Amino acid sequence: MRKDYEIFFKHIKPQSKVLDIGCGEGEFLEILKNVYSCHAYGIDIESERVASALSKGLSVVQGDADKELQFFPAKEVAPEAFDYAILANTLQAMKHPKETLEQARRVSKKTLVSIPNFGFYANRLQLLLKGKMPVTKQLSYEWYETPNIHFSTLTDFIVLVKKVGYNIDYSYYITDSGVPRRFSPSTPHMANLFGRTGVFVLS
Amino acid sequence: MNQNTQEFFFGPSHRKVEIGDFITLCKNSEITLTSGAKISNFPVAYKTFGKLNEHKTNAILVCHALTGDQYLLGEHPVTGKPGWWEEYVGPDKPIDTNKFCVIVPNVLGGCMGSYGPKNINPKTNKPYNLDFPVITISDMVKVQHILIEALGIKKLASVMGGSMGGMQVLEWISKYPENVNSSIVMAASAKHSAQNIAFNEIGRQAVMADPDWCGGNYIAEGKYPSKGLSIARMMAHITYLSEAGLQRKFGRKLQNKSELSYGFDADFQVESYLRHQGMSFVERFDPNSYLYITRAMDYFDLAEDFGGSLALAFERTKCPVCVVSFTSDWLFTTEDSKQVVRALSASSSDVSFVEIVSDKGHDSFLLPDESLAKTISGFLSKLEL
Repeated sequence: MRKDYEIFFKHIKPQSKVLDIGCGEGEFLEILKNVYSCHAYGIDIESERVASALSKGLSVVQGDADKELQFFPAKEVAPEAFDYAILANTLQAMKHPKETLEQARRVSKKTLVSIPNFGFYANRLQLLLKGKMPVTKQLSYEWYETPNIHFSTLTDFIVLVKKVGYNIDYSYYITDSGVPRRFSPSTPHMANLFGRTGVFVLS
Repeated sequence: MNQNTQEFFFGPSHRKVEIGDFITLCKNSEITLTSGAKISNFPVAYKTFGKLNEHKTNAILVCHALTGDQYLLGEHPVTGKPGWWEEYVGPDKPIDTNKFCVIVPNVLGGCMGSYGPKNINPKTNKPYNLDFPVITISDMVKVQHILIEALGIKKLASVMGGSMGGMQVLEWISKYPENVNSSIVMAASAKHSAQNIAFNEIGRQAVMADPDWCGGNYIAEGKYPSKGLSIARMMAHITYLSEAGLQRKFGRKLQNKSELSYGFDADFQVESYLRHQGMSFVERFDPNSYLYITRAMDYFDLAEDFGGSLALAFERTKCPVCVVSFTSDWLFTTEDSKQVVRALSASSSDVSFVEIVSDKGHDSFLLPDESLAKTISGFLSKLEL
């Protein structure tokens, strides 16, 4: 299983109600539903991915997260609100990541995020030594064809989630060899250098 | 419960065709329609495909569109053509009749055996024609609800339909949520748009402007408004397709000729195609039914019954709802579907939505489409019967 998913599952209670924002073909939703008996819902912008998720019997809405989430009720007024909103490796591909985070916070009790770290040392070296935009295993696209349109470092991301009004309950970074480690968001420097991905539990 | 046959007139030649499989409802009671008119002791024609299980938990109600009917599978008794949803229903099809029992009633106001303007008014012994009460989508569904009850089904495994059928599905999940386990709404809307009302109005005016319509009494007069109904159908048919689809299929190709005639014959294939569509339609569809059913669509505005709030309309909806739109459908647009999806999201319903890429316009839900097939079968796979 993907390392960020492994961390997510440590923090998701079985049978809870979960919204996967940018759910793709629903691979995470399937595990949520079939293994953890969660009430799993998804949203994704791309028709073929949604059709594929629906063909698996999942509940997915096709749409732009930053547009459609505003129609969901706020957690304060809806007893059926989502226990968790998931942003698994998708925020960097959103047109309006700040708005998406704000909406995720509005509709869910906790938000779980994984995000690639542009500040990862290999990225920094490529830019510093070659003078070229980083192309790595994780960020494998050339700059002109990448679906990832909003790059941030873990430090940048921590600034944004605080601006949006979140508390950071847990923060992890995943090293190049795939090892997850916890770090303190007040001292993110090592994580920001050695984490290829950051994983956050926000409330 | 009666199961026998009735005879009806079809087309300009007033051809008599026997229509079977109907049930008489409200024999000793009456229901009040939206207009305030009361009806009782009326027939509803319906077909079933597949077997109802012991506990009657595997029934799927399919609601047909404006000019559809209960002949979803098998040979149509009037046209002799195959059913209108053969692609999606049958053994091992997305709606698997080995597993589900599919029930398709002809709508109230229809012309394939259900209570409609060409039924005989017992007071005059003549067809009702325009004395038939004006009906609404809500009335159609009310009658379907009574039918389901009469069949002993407490909860439908699913209700589904496209276009006007989708309107009926929305009515079902809003007004009778306790009787529905899941639903699929295709190429539909929670209210008829100004543009759609406008198209319907042209269709009705074309029928009524035909002198052979005879104020609705064409059967008694031995006439038939073929021209009017055919023009209505030609115009409506364009709205079911898309510009790109028409271009792909016909372009500017000429019909059985190599040069323009410099006259008003059908020079272009698209003209000839539309004329054919119009002419074959009049053979099977009743002109007065066309007036009544288009009117029912125009009157549909689900939110209006709930103080203008569509979210309130779905407040009691708890079943999974799958909404499907098609990219090239300009009659019931993706935006129309999104309004429904947003209202369902607002009421914390279990809603799914996909906009399927197709250049086949509004009619896409009737045509073979792999994405639609997968969506339907995937959605039905999660049902526990």
